[in-house]
Amino acid sequence: MGRLRPPVRLHAFVDSVIHASGVSTSGDHALVELRALEVTFAPQRRWFGGAVPALRAVRELSLSVGRGEVLGLVGESGSGKTTVGRAILRLVEPSAGAVRFDGQDITHLPRAALRRHRRRMQMIFQDPYSSLNPRLTVRDIVGEAFAIHAIGSRRDRPERVANMLRQVGLPEDAMDRYPHEFSGGQRQRIGIARALAVGPELVIADEPVSALDVSVQAQVLNLLLDLRQSLGLTMLFIAHDLAVVRHVSNRVAVLYLGRLMEIAPREALYCRPRHPYTAALLEAVPEPDPARRATRPGLAGEIPSPLAPPSGCVFRTRCPHVLAACAVQVPLLREVAPGHAKACIRDDIL
Amino acid sequence: MSGMIARAPARAAPLRELLRRLVRRRLALFGMLVLAGVLIAAAAAPWLVPYAPQRMDIVHRLAPPSAAHLLGSDEFGRDVLARCMYGARISLTIGLLVVALSGLAGTIVGITAGYVRRLDGFLMRVTDAMMAFPDILLAIALMAALGASLYDVVVALGAVYTPRVARVVRGGTLVLRELQFVEAAEALGAGDWRVMRVHLLPNLLSPLLVQCTFTFAATILTEAGLSFLGAGVPPTSPSWGNMIAGGQQYIGRADWLIFAPGLCMVATVLALQAVGDGLRDALDPRLRRLT
Repeated sequence: MGRLRPPVRLHAFVDSVIHASGVSTSGDHALVELRALEVTFAPQRRWFGGAVPALRAVRELSLSVGRGEVLGLVGESGSGKTTVGRAILRLVEPSAGAVRFDGQDITHLPRAALRRHRRRMQMIFQDPYSSLNPRLTVRDIVGEAFAIHAIGSRRDRPERVANMLRQVGLPEDAMDRYPHEFSGGQRQRIGIARALAVGPELVIADEPVSALDVSVQAQVLNLLLDLRQSLGLTMLFIAHDLAVVRHVSNRVAVLYLGRLMEIAPREALYCRPRHPYTAALLEAVPEPDPARRATRPGLAGEIPSPLAPPSGCVFRTRCPHVLAACAVQVPLLREVAPGHAKACIRDDIL
Repeated sequence: MSGMIARAPARAAPLRELLRRLVRRRLALFGMLVLAGVLIAAAAAPWLVPYAPQRMDIVHRLAPPSAAHLLGSDEFGRDVLARCMYGARISLTIGLLVVALSGLAGTIVGITAGYVRRLDGFLMRVTDAMMAFPDILLAIALMAALGASLYDVVVALGAVYTPRVARVVRGGTLVLRELQFVEAAEALGAGDWRVMRVHLLPNLLSPLLVQCTFTFAATILTEAGLSFLGAGVPPTSPSWGNMIAGGQQYIGRADWLIFAPGLCMVATVLALQAVGDGLRDALDPRLRRLT
């Protein structure tokens, strides 16, 4: 494909972008703002076998994404990170709290207004296989955005589609082929073209490379970063891979059982994590050097069921620094350095 | 890492590929040949037999199969072969119309129930209620309410088979709606109608096609049952069902009156089932790849 660049180049590129855009975000410039967002999946009553309790996937989540910023959202599976992305797009309905987009509260936007609003925010999906309709040609997949929002005339749509394909590095003759004729990386490019066709300001990338081969991951990440810069996109980058998040994000938010554990500028978080969960996650990053591998403690156990989360601090059941007080109260998110906040009562560790 | 490697075998011409896979299955091929034979016999009946199905010949009544009457004659001296061929017209016409009707109605009900969740409970309870009646009983009740023309039979049987198609389509819809391309369309701002038409329906065609062949077979049997009971097409037009009904009182003397239409029915239904099975197998790998 000839688009593979060495990781060093990627590093330098990201650094320059971050330098240019700055790291801090104040509320004024925020494109997306979540205020005490809650997403609860309703309890289900079954005729047999009792009731399934409510699943609180996202709890009291407040954060903002500045215009032009890339916010990384990390957490284990089950931490609610995908649900946050879907709630921002209102693909799931928040049960409490508010989602503000460009200063406007979109939490209760009626259906018709919401459909129009969806031009401004788009999603790139995790699975390049199930995210493309196998019965449509690439022309129809990418062109659907134009059809839905009546962008341009019917006649110039092929040209618009071709233009989108060029932007994501696919040949024009891809237009009349079906998704199954492409590789995973190419399919992800098609998904990116579809998302960008409406000209969104915000792109939510839900683990966009985790399903791809490592060699292809770098290409797709490069593409996303290129597009982000040339189009001035704001991105919420959801991932469980800390190394990938480090490459792309300006700031990083760490989620655990639906709660925000720590949020900080990228370097601050990676060099000096202040929350024991973040520290544990960073230690779990695969170490290529076998000599250094065995000495570090890992994160013990499994993430508890979100149907029955622990009282107080949700992380206390796996925390190596747990105190009796941790079980009593949900720790508040406190700023420990400029732009760096954590939800942990202990300041005497880390 | 050549980027052009396709993960799935290329599907150049889906229809031709499907036919090729279908023909490779011997049973399905046999079924298709039988169906083609029945179809030709029904369409070309006036040129293939020298008798009109209504022509009576009292002198040669209840004549056993011979060179003059290949399948014998009935109690009025009418040619059984001619009546079987004209009866095939009735069976195939009703079958096709019922498949079209129940396929259309069942698809609409099934997609709506599967995708628009707030209507699911209501629509599925209605279909459950309809499926709780035995096919033939429901059809007779509807015939009693509607009338006795060929089109009333079609409407009655269409109503009987709609719930089954709806069930299959709803099941497929429930699987599809969880796939990310449906969510992607919603995120793009596509409305319900667009999601159903562009994203759900084309992906449901395979299970729908299979279900339609089975509905076709079931319709032929139920229609024959209705005619046998005298609740089907008017007795003036020959159909396999009313031929058997007419022949039953001569069963001791002229068993060809029952065997001829009966065998036509068995052959057609078995052929349809074989084609349906073959279709399901031929389509299956693609369904698995989809989900």
